[in-house]
Amino acid sequence: MSAILTAPAEPVGTLVEARIHWRATVVYGIVGLLALLVSLLTSSGHETTFMVASRSDVAQIAPFALPSRVTGVILSLAALGLVGWVAWLTARRRKAPVWVPIAFGVLVLCVLLVWVMAGNRNALPLTVLLTGALTMSVPLVFGSLSGLLCERSGIINIAIEGQLLGGAFLAVVVASATGNPYVGMIMAPLAGALVGLVLVMFAVRYRIDQIIVGVVLNVLVIGVTNYLFSTVLTANPQNLNSPPRLPTLPIPVLSEIPVIGPVLFRHTIIVYLMYVAVAALQVMVFRSRWGLRMRSVGEHPKAADTVGIKVNRTRVRNTVFGGAVAGFGGAALVAAGLAFTKEMSSGKGYIALAAMILGRWHPKGALAAALLFGFADSLRSVLGNLGSPVPSEFLAMLPYLVTIFAVAGLVGRVRAPAAEGIPYVK
Amino acid sequence: MTADPLVAPTTNPPAAEAERPSMLQRILDASWLTIILAIAIALIVSSVLIAAADTDVQSAAGYVFTRPPDFFSAAWDAIYGAYSALFRGAIYDYQASGVRQIRPITETLTSSVPLIFAGLGLAVGFRAGLFNIGAQGQVLMGAAAGTYVGITFDLPVGVNLALACIAALIAGAFWAGIAGFLKARTGANEVIVTIMLNSISFYLVAYLLTTSLLRQGGSRPISPKVADSATFPLLLGTQFRLHLGFIVALLAAVFVWWLMERSTLGFQFRAVGANQSAARTAGMNVNLMFVLVMVTAGALAGLGGAAQVLGTDKTLQATTAGSIGFDAITVALLGRSRPLGTVLAAILFGALRAGSPLMQTSANTPIDIVLVIQATIVLLIAAPVLVRELSVPHRIAAMTGRYSIKGARA
Repeated sequence: MSAILTAPAEPVGTLVEARIHWRATVVYGIVGLLALLVSLLTSSGHETTFMVASRSDVAQIAPFALPSRVTGVILSLAALGLVGWVAWLTARRRKAPVWVPIAFGVLVLCVLLVWVMAGNRNALPLTVLLTGALTMSVPLVFGSLSGLLCERSGIINIAIEGQLLGGAFLAVVVASATGNPYVGMIMAPLAGALVGLVLVMFAVRYRIDQIIVGVVLNVLVIGVTNYLFSTVLTANPQNLNSPPRLPTLPIPVLSEIPVIGPVLFRHTIIVYLMYVAVAALQVMVFRSRWGLRMRSVGEHPKAADTVGIKVNRTRVRNTVFGGAVAGFGGAALVAAGLAFTKEMSSGKGYIALAAMILGRWHPKGALAAALLFGFADSLRSVLGNLGSPVPSEFLAMLPYLVTIFAVAGLVGRVRAPAAEGIPYVK
Repeated sequence: MTADPLVAPTTNPPAAEAERPSMLQRILDASWLTIILAIAIALIVSSVLIAAADTDVQSAAGYVFTRPPDFFSAAWDAIYGAYSALFRGAIYDYQASGVRQIRPITETLTSSVPLIFAGLGLAVGFRAGLFNIGAQGQVLMGAAAGTYVGITFDLPVGVNLALACIAALIAGAFWAGIAGFLKARTGANEVIVTIMLNSISFYLVAYLLTTSLLRQGGSRPISPKVADSATFPLLLGTQFRLHLGFIVALLAAVFVWWLMERSTLGFQFRAVGANQSAARTAGMNVNLMFVLVMVTAGALAGLGGAAQVLGTDKTLQATTAGSIGFDAITVALLGRSRPLGTVLAAILFGALRAGSPLMQTSANTPIDIVLVIQATIVLLIAAPVLVRELSVPHRIAAMTGRYSIKGARA
């Protein structure tokens, strides 16, 4: 008996240590060095002018110019400093805090801006750029939240594209017909939910590969909306395809803060709802009973079933809800009073999917990734007006390249929900 | 369990069927019957849309309860007008004279060529368990490389074409290989990477069309015409656009059949698709297979791009790939990832592509209805149980009691 009570003093076997993963650090390092190189190659006489104030601001800030080369080098060195710190943490098997990649990204983006605008006679309208970034990322945020809701419960939602498009179509038609943009906005989720319902019915009832259903549903929605656009909407554009724009609702006081005010608090109701949605889902998915059930169904449906959670019912509900969220994103797409055009979602659903994966199936991560894509879009349109040394095609490629790098280098083998895409049969 | 690519893997294998199916059951469950029924149902669904958007039908619907025949005759006219125009545009034009009567069917075969190539490429990927959405980009890169050779070199007739095709093949293979390599080395999800590569290739080609490499010189982003020596020779004389690329596509289908069914490499592809862990345990290099599958798929898709430019279009634009890459996904799915099925599906979709312009001009039915037909067909094919639930023959058979809708191989 005493042999059991006295534990052996020396450890059994050699101590097993997890491998240190250097890939992320190396990728950060390469990006940082590239930024430094680009800055050093900027000719020293150039200046970059930034314009931060918008016309309606209370406090006017004059445009200011910075020497391009020095600013770029300082920012790159700061980014490289962060890389060094990350390397030090990695060597000690400690995780870098969440803000580090974000700070790094912001620094590199600033280097990019300084470099692109170096020697340009026009000032870079910073506020316009950031506002555009936020506006353009809204459909992507809703799209990736939709993907997140579906995938966390085990259904792969490739049909985000179709849900955005369907939502946009319904929002335009209803808003035009009633003359009230809010009615259109409220109806848009219905179209998305319908696509989500078809997706989940095929996935759960007929157990078809969910990626296939999603892709085909996208084609179907494109076909139906294109067809209705060419026939019904073209025949009667005044009544069916001229939606009023959603009014901008500046938040009192907050919207008067320079830069931050116009960028964050001078928007339509959809943007404010996006803030609420991201925050609410971040809490609900990880802290509520509903979220726990959703995640358990997506991770280990058999275990969930054993404790009495209805697996397929949970999946159907969450996918329909997810579809509705993406449909709302479709309303965001046309919030500026845009008329419907063929395939106006133009691949945003796929980008939203990428944003969700980049954000590692977390609402706040999805928000950050979607903002990155929105920023690239906004940068392209702003630089298209100002002129830039980089061809606009390359700027357009940038978010896609970043995604590939991120998926390959930084995110790597991220773990998707374990039961994703696998039908559950009792 | 059969490795049917359309049906997702289930955690539990289906229970073995207790009794031998009856003769009727076997006839009704034949997959060709499912496919024909799916096509029929898709046409019915689309005809509802066609009728609904027709102005005569809309006005007749206003008094449908007082004079129903008006409504039905208007609906019939709209549907018949659309589908007969589709038929005349895609298969046989009985209103034309002379050899022009058979021109539509050659047009169908011509438009099916890039779909066959790209569909075969995707089919290889699907059977290896890789969901490659990147045919669009691979087609475009192949088309760009083929165009570059076609407008730059002036070699003898056969050599120039062969060189252009090889360039397209390499470009497509390289473009797809990126996704395969990243999946093998870093585990990057091939769906995401191929989607991103599609967009990148679009902008890359758009950029190349503005530079000296592919630019014609004018303000429009369009390449010069490729040299005659680099085009696919026409098969049926100058009246028809059908070109040698069709024969090459058929040969490619035979090659893919041999590769997947008869070669060791194809066996490894299929093994990786059926069960990665088992394949790895059996000593196969799964990561290498990822790369090789994508390279094969990309090479075929790249050839499809070359066939489009060198056979049909003769010049390159950023929109050359059109929706070939995405149509090819549905082609491969409809063809159940088998070479023969893919060829037949490509010809069917080629017919829809070839026939739709006439439908638009003569019956005022927008081209976009074709997308609805395609998507509905593939959705139904993917869900044979649903087809059985919807189809009249199955219903009648079920009512006579010798057939059960639910029980048949779900």
